[in-house]
Amino acid sequence: MSQHSVAADLFNKDEARVDWHDESLWFIRQKRDKAVWQIPEWEELRQLGSDIKEHTLAHLDEYWRTFEEKAAANGIQIHWAADAQEHNLIILDIMRQHHMTRIVKSKSMLTEECHLNPFLEKNGIEVIDTDLGERIVQMRNEAPSHIVLPAIHLKREDVGDTFHEHLGTEAGATDPQYLTEAARQHLREKFIQADLAITGVNFAIAETGGFVVCTNEGNADMGAHLAKIHIACMGLEKIIPKMDHLGVFLRLLARSATGQPITTYSSHFHKPRAGQEMHLVIVDNGRTTQLGRPDFRNSLKCIRCGSCINTCPVYRRSGGHSYHNAVSGPIGIILAPNLDMKANADLPFASTLCGSCTNVCPVKIDIHDQIWKWRQTVVAEGYVEGGKKQGIRLMSFVLSNPKVYRFMGKMGRSLLRIAPFLVNNGLNPWYKNREMPVAPTESFRDWYLKNEKNG
Amino acid sequence: MASTSRQQILEKMRQNKPAEAPELPENIQFPPFFDEPELKFCDTLAGIGGQAIFAPSYAFIAEDLQQLFPTAQLVVHAIADLPMSGVHPDTMVDDHDLAPVDLAILPGALGVAENGAIWLDERHFGRHRVLPFITQHLVIVLDRKKITHNLHAAYGLIDPTATGFGMWLAGPSKTADIEQSLVIGAHGARSLRVYLLG
Repeated sequence: MSQHSVAADLFNKDEARVDWHDESLWFIRQKRDKAVWQIPEWEELRQLGSDIKEHTLAHLDEYWRTFEEKAAANGIQIHWAADAQEHNLIILDIMRQHHMTRIVKSKSMLTEECHLNPFLEKNGIEVIDTDLGERIVQMRNEAPSHIVLPAIHLKREDVGDTFHEHLGTEAGATDPQYLTEAARQHLREKFIQADLAITGVNFAIAETGGFVVCTNEGNADMGAHLAKIHIACMGLEKIIPKMDHLGVFLRLLARSATGQPITTYSSHFHKPRAGQEMHLVIVDNGRTTQLGRPDFRNSLKCIRCGSCINTCPVYRRSGGHSYHNAVSGPIGIILAPNLDMKANADLPFASTLCGSCTNVCPVKIDIHDQIWKWRQTVVAEGYVEGGKKQGIRLMSFVLSNPKVYRFMGKMGRSLLRIAPFLVNNGLNPWYKNREMPVAPTESFRDWYLKNEKNG
Repeated sequence: MASTSRQQILEKMRQNKPAEAPELPENIQFPPFFDEPELKFCDTLAGIGGQAIFAPSYAFIAEDLQQLFPTAQLVVHAIADLPMSGVHPDTMVDDHDLAPVDLAILPGALGVAENGAIWLDERHFGRHRVLPFITQHLVIVLDRKKITHNLHAAYGLIDPTATGFGMWLAGPSKTADIEQSLVIGAHGARSLRVYLLG
């Protein structure tokens, strides 16, 4: 069995918990629907978002050159990183130049992708994740299970236990208000002490050389406006041409993500404050390779809202960790094979191809089509395990030979009637949690031929 | 090394970018659709944990705030017309000195009916960018005529590059990271009260 299905199997051992997880995510999907239905021009906005992003990808180098010039004039220091390692070294280098040891970091899936925390910790630097959900999973030595809701896999009892251990809250306390207050006090101290703040970036604006960071908690701003140095890290796909385009993307983002009309804070950074240094690290890490794949370049339009994750029937019942990648769910499936095709060859199969992801995507990425195309690519490249490959070959042989197909159909029907235990047993995963219908005595073809003659 | 990466990345973008793409949409505007944008703004803000109330005068605001925050120790504001004692933020030296602020009262530039957001930049909170976040409670005074329908219209009325930092503020700080339970007051202000003046 492949990795995703193994991990999903473990996740499914606790049935009540899976149901709860499923319902939590579906609740967010419903909030998204309510927020979206209030906007009469929603479909037009999606098209605009898609068009702006596609246009930007076709002029990516030009917009980055414009951005660079404007940002430099604004006093922002620009760094380019070809891969995760270079990104991490740039940050360590800035820390060392200033003899700094303490970082507060707001949510940045890019730094997760680059495994920045373990790298810095190995080099003697304290990194504190300041988004509440991220802080919770950091204390538990876990990875975020969702790009927007990092601790969505945890119950309040889990958080209570973690905070009791790490923050000294009362044993058995589970009230979210009480637990959040404890985290607020703990993190205020960290914000005050930090030398340096790292934030992610939601949008960089080419025409003005600034960038926008969106949060609900205010943690990115508490960090960035108190620390002597602010480093913002971004993937190179997150650039938009004009300030006015934020009107489109800020209307799409929070509604799609959590059903809010806009995030509490949408912070527009253009210049460092007096006495502060502001750095921006622009990361490739495979993105320009993805840009060169016509079937998959569209994935670079993603604004990381997570709506495809919330709606996905497989994600809701397998949990974010089963995707073993910083970005989980349908969007993770189409991004991960570009990072490492061999290690992520299982992911394109963690989908029913139902298309719900594509329907909710605010920038119209053809997610389920890309999942289907990745299946073909990973098989063609030889990254699929033997059993699955043989199965697909056999299926292909049967389906392309009508006589064999009819014979196999007849065999199958007889077998299901005469000796169902040969099929319905522990060796056949299709029978897990399923009752199969009684097999008919004749196929549709037999029935059609008979009735056509009679009719 | 760094400049090599820059050149290589830009060159790879140039080589790999698609040849054809849609034109950039121009003049993105959608017609107003709220009969009374001021009331819609109040409703939207209430829906995201804030509170907007109409205020006839600065005297009304001062009286209301004294009743609401009788125990506030450190009040910060720079609104000359507000008859209320408070520390001017520019007299505070270091950003870290703002940690004990209980209440900050700031003017806002513009409100957006559809999402309840208010534009603020350094012209409103001064040189301490952390002020609207670090204060325990936040109050914004907004001209009631300065409510626009949606963000497209709003971006035409503000200039985010006028100062080094500006933001849309929509409600008090919040989180739902523990079992999707909404908690107001994560890291930023615990409450947001908006006075629509005039």
